[in-house]
Amino acid sequence: MKTPRQKMAEQDPQERIANFDEVPYGYTPEQAQAEAARCLQCQKAPCRAGCPVEIDIPAFILAIREGDFAAAREKLLETNSLPAVCGRVCPQEDQCEKVCVLAKKGDPVAIGTLERFAADWKDGEEADPEAGSAPEKAKVAVIGAGPAGLTAAADLARMGYRVTIFEALHRPGGVLVYGIPEFRLPKAIVFEEVEKVKKMGVELELNQVVGATLSVEELFDSGFEAVFVGTGAGLPRFMGIPGENLNGVYSANEYLTRVNLMKAFRFPEYDTPVIRGEKVCVIGGGNVAMDSARTALRLGAEEVTIVYRRSRAEAPARVEEVHHAEQEGVIFKFLTLPLKYLDDGNGWIRGMECQGMELGEPDDSGRRRPVPVPGTEFTIDCDLAVVAIGNDPNPLLPRALPELELGWKGTIVADPETGAASVPGVFAGGDIATGAATVIEAMGAGKKAARGIDRYLSARKS
Amino acid sequence: MYRIVEQERLTPEAVRLRIEAPRIARRRQAGQFVVIRVDEKGERIPLTIVGSDPEAGTITLVVQEVGTSTRKLGRLRAGEAILDLTGPLGRPTEVKKWGRVACLAGGIGTAEVLPVVEAVRAAGNTTLAIVGARTRELLILEDEMRAAADGLYITTDDGSYGRHGVVTDVLLDLINDGAVPDRVYAIGPVPMMKAVADLTRPYGIPTEISLNALMVDGTGMCGCCRVTVGGETKFTCVDGPDFDAHQVDFDELVQRQKIYLGQEKRSLEEYEKCAGGCRR
Ligand SMILES: Cc1cc2nc3c(=O)[nH]c(=O)nc-3n(C[C@H](O)[C@H](O)[C@H](O)COP(=O)(O)OP(=O)(O)OC[C@H]3O[C@@H](n4cnc5c(N)ncnc54)[C@H](O)[C@@H]3O)c2cc1C
Ligand code: FES
Repeated sequence: MKTPRQKMAEQDPQERIANFDEVPYGYTPEQAQAEAARCLQCQKAPCRAGCPVEIDIPAFILAIREGDFAAAREKLLETNSLPAVCGRVCPQEDQCEKVCVLAKKGDPVAIGTLERFAADWKDGEEADPEAGSAPEKAKVAVIGAGPAGLTAAADLARMGYRVTIFEALHRPGGVLVYGIPEFRLPKAIVFEEVEKVKKMGVELELNQVVGATLSVEELFDSGFEAVFVGTGAGLPRFMGIPGENLNGVYSANEYLTRVNLMKAFRFPEYDTPVIRGEKVCVIGGGNVAMDSARTALRLGAEEVTIVYRRSRAEAPARVEEVHHAEQEGVIFKFLTLPLKYLDDGNGWIRGMECQGMELGEPDDSGRRRPVPVPGTEFTIDCDLAVVAIGNDPNPLLPRALPELELGWKGTIVADPETGAASVPGVFAGGDIATGAATVIEAMGAGKKAARGIDRYLSARKS
Repeated sequence: MYRIVEQERLTPEAVRLRIEAPRIARRRQAGQFVVIRVDEKGERIPLTIVGSDPEAGTITLVVQEVGTSTRKLGRLRAGEAILDLTGPLGRPTEVKKWGRVACLAGGIGTAEVLPVVEAVRAAGNTTLAIVGARTRELLILEDEMRAAADGLYITTDDGSYGRHGVVTDVLLDLINDGAVPDRVYAIGPVPMMKAVADLTRPYGIPTEISLNALMVDGTGMCGCCRVTVGGETKFTCVDGPDFDAHQVDFDELVQRQKIYLGQEKRSLEEYEKCAGGCRR
């Protein structure tokens, strides 16, 4: 009989909404080996092509099957500097697992969960990641310590470059530390992954806003020969409807930053406060909306409703995230558009006026455009609203380097293969170049840019 | 870590700190601020840069001890350090040659207006400083201000020093005496800035104010600091902190500053209970 795809054990939904601990527990070694045995070890391995950071997927799975978990871990680290992160937050269902040969007839191999298992494996023999063999190579500056910047830095260090990361916040990780919640990605894991990057010889300077604390020009003047910009898409969008600045209306960035980065869920032990709503509305249909809704539950909300203007099929959130939110009791109102926030008379939100929508003709994104249905206006009561309708690139750095060519919504125009931007020596990748996307795409861009920088600097030398 | 090289108590509720931050000392301009986090459990709060010494690599901050974070700061001594400090943030204050400029400040705003007075005067303007305090003992930086401005007017709410009254009384007198300033700059508590805006509006005097919105990151990432200016939403930390006083929605600003009043009180109670050093 064929082994079915192995499922991770999870915290019970009723229990987990009262804590911030991680929801899935990961595989046991037995489960991991059983799952690894399902892999056909295809010669042409389509899964590899589905992976933006080119992990040798069959090889690491084979090592798991053979019980050599440490070897599996080392295999991952050859190409992926943040495997414990990727194993948790990548949309594998759209990438490696989507093209898995087994997916044609049934369930694909659980590549993501296996990655998580191997990356988490600890046997006290974790080899210190190798610093480059020729550390006398040029100095490269990386701006932003999100997935794009960390990957570019690690790969450049591996090639022997002397790398310094300049990060605006007081902690490295980008969205991994301020956006994605603890129950989905424990911060201790991000910390460990960053430590590995540092052990490769990468210097990390925190609290440095490039464009404010120091300029790109100063970086070049102080001996950096190339600069990688991985500053992300950190500018929250609002809808521009009445009442948006009422007390009790947050951007998802603010809400999640207070809770994740500043640990407001442990207020007053930690000094940063956060509003704990009883009836919470979250606006949006992506991962950010799911994270916000599930955070609200854990902060004690009685009722959490996600309001999204399209239907379930168009929601960009990962299936697993929607599923987890539903399990935990989040209510979904699809085809619903907020029109305005209502004032309780004291400057606080008391509810939201909404309108029903239906799907019309496809729009630019290829999804059917939601159109208002007249006469369907209604009111939802809430004392907290979280706006999770997306982020645009942060303009701070582009403003400070006006020569940079910018694209749609202020993204930095960069060659998708080399990361090269319009200013010589400046490279860019991740959300700042593509607009808000995924962790793994940002990492892939960091990887390509590292190669692009290597080629650029080698050519300059000769 | 950012080391404190000098600490000086100015009043029972305010201290001046000189802190090592060489990159910021080199680049900061009038009107800009830093975001600091005192310790591992601390929040991120914005503080105006009052001055800097690029040679020594230090910046000066003046802190009024009103909440948990500022009390923590007030307890730090020379030789101790602040965990995180970022800046200089915000757009610098616009400085041009206008002619006569009146700079008004209330309370701790006196420290914050000092770099603006210096910059405005350096640009060739006749610069008047009008500063107010509740009472004499709370007046700060009088000597520095006297040195920086072409003229200094002092008011106290209780009449214990300078003129009995508020800063707008002085401004109104100037206007009535025909000495109408070409430009007004104000920084202080919201009711004071609103009073300044209301006073100068009918005379059409261009008036800039520096807004003290709540902040988290200070880099435009969260939107905590949003204000309505001229009917549009702006982020104080990147679009400001200076805005046209006649365009600012003060009622909303006042409202938003109250969001965490309850929590702030609770946090301070917890902190004071433990201030001798229990779990912190
Ligand atoms: C709540 C949330 C949940 C998400 N969930 C998922 C998920 O499940 N799976 C997934 O694949 N993707 C997810 N994403 C998207 C993913 O996190 C991003 O696509 C990814 O982090 C982008 O990486 P980056 O390195 O380009 O930018 P970021 O992670 O945004 O990092 C940019 C870094 O640069 C710093 N910076 C900015 N400006 C400056 C400056 N001027 N000087 C110095 N430093 C600067 C920032 O502080 C930040 O640390 C989620 C995003 C959010 C917000
Ligand atoms: S403080 Fe976060 S955007 Fe201004």
